[in-house]
Amino acid sequence: MNAVTTDVTRAPARSEAEWNPDLIVFACNWCSYAGADVAGVSRLQHQPHFRIIRVMCSGRIHPGFVLRAFEQGADGVLVSGCHFGDCHYTFGNHRAAEQFEKTRRVVRLLGLEEERLRLEWISAAEGARFAEIINGFTDQVRRLGPSPFSSQGKAA
Amino acid sequence: MAELGRAVKSTNAWACYDCGKCTATCPLSRSGASYSPRRHVLAANLGQQQEIVLDGSVYRCLTCGLCDERCPTQVNYVQLVQMLRELTYGAGHEPDCPHGGALQSVMRMMAMGGTQQGRLGWLSDSLETDPAKGEVFYWTGCSMYYDAFFPDLDGASANASRAAIKLLNLLGITPVVSPNERCCGHDLLWNGDRKSFESLAKFNVQLVAESGAKTLVTSCAECYRTWKIDYAPYFKGAGAAPRILHLSEFLAQQAEYAEHMDQLKPKASALRKVTFQDPCRLGRHMGVYDPPRELLSAVPGIEIVEMRHHRASATCCAGGTWTNCDRYAKQIQVGRLREARETGAEVLVTACPKCRIHFACAMKDPNLASEIVLPMKDLAEVLAEALV
Repeated sequence: MNAVTTDVTRAPARSEAEWNPDLIVFACNWCSYAGADVAGVSRLQHQPHFRIIRVMCSGRIHPGFVLRAFEQGADGVLVSGCHFGDCHYTFGNHRAAEQFEKTRRVVRLLGLEEERLRLEWISAAEGARFAEIINGFTDQVRRLGPSPFSSQGKAA
Repeated sequence: MAELGRAVKSTNAWACYDCGKCTATCPLSRSGASYSPRRHVLAANLGQQQEIVLDGSVYRCLTCGLCDERCPTQVNYVQLVQMLRELTYGAGHEPDCPHGGALQSVMRMMAMGGTQQGRLGWLSDSLETDPAKGEVFYWTGCSMYYDAFFPDLDGASANASRAAIKLLNLLGITPVVSPNERCCGHDLLWNGDRKSFESLAKFNVQLVAESGAKTLVTSCAECYRTWKIDYAPYFKGAGAAPRILHLSEFLAQQAEYAEHMDQLKPKASALRKVTFQDPCRLGRHMGVYDPPRELLSAVPGIEIVEMRHHRASATCCAGGTWTNCDRYAKQIQVGRLREARETGAEVLVTACPKCRIHFACAMKDPNLASEIVLPMKDLAEVLAEALV
């Protein structure tokens, strides 16, 4: 019964005052979401400042999804899918890469830091990789501070 | 209710005598969509706000204004739709945005501001522009965003902007091209989001006032309408409103331009037959039909062949406000491109980036491709290319 509690106490200690970003993670049903699941089942520790949105395929992640997240105040958006060659639908992740490129161009035009946006391929077996990417991305966005479109960013 | 009443009054909707010409002429309705402008006018007259709002059908209108041309009692249906959309949006119904709402999100983020946009990457060194002060403000619009979203177009929208600046430079004008320009808000306004539109309008009016420009020139038909009509209430307190002209009007008005025209040296590959797509915002909304045609026919060797529906009867590109993209819109686009092909023109010339985006999309239909494909150019590009 105490296992969960114990794990939480082992989570990296962070002071209350420190600002934590709000992140959105888009994950495909077949690889990345399952990878996140593996991270959880393996009790891997990672920072918890993200909401995960599952889609059937990363190819579904239209620029509109990502831009909407930024519009609503997300500080960073991570798009994830199967490695090339692994897509459940054969070519969905190639489509995702194309869509991501469009998104990146628009984010650059808007003047948002490109580091707020990331594309990663995470397989269903790569729980450790999922945790590692989440930690890296959270730190990366934390360094940038609140997005100018978030309530905190607008107040600043 | 009070708002609906005001809308009925100010758009002349009360004068409707139910003849149905609007629905009979509506390109959507003619393509088989169950869409009826007349029903909206009648419902508005009866004060049936709920019915209009709940059904959300006002978002389907192309706002092309063809019905207004035909209306015998001068009901301004397009303006009524703009107002009804505000009511609908206010009641929490958003349009089904094509392109996943991405463009709307971009516009809303621009309305929020707070970032330094990187919007001038397309400017080339050979173009003379000033980032802050000048007599003439060249309003770029969102062409760079369109190019980012629609990579298939190969940067067509920015090409048109470059050509426009080149033309201004040839006239000895160094226009202001501001890195701080924000979306004009046209699409948000037509999506019913008056609040975001307002913050964009106020910011942009201020930006242009600070530049000291007496004239604002744009090559986008939508920006043109927005600046001239929809920004009117926001000029108060921001100093004198600049003279707002579409690039075609501006060039046609320039006496100097005639001199340049005399010195035209058309390239060996100069175009011969072109046809002109009247953008709905430039034509029916603003009544600018002649300047683009004058400019085109002033280029030696170019002959304008009109499509069956032209000037006030021109068919819309069916994608005006990023709210409507369906099989009916496709049908309208295909029909229009067939008309363009029938003229035997080498190039379809237009003066609005959206016409180009939507027609280019329609041309991708693999079942029809060879039948409806036609090269497209912006008016500014044709002119700039002719001035060797």
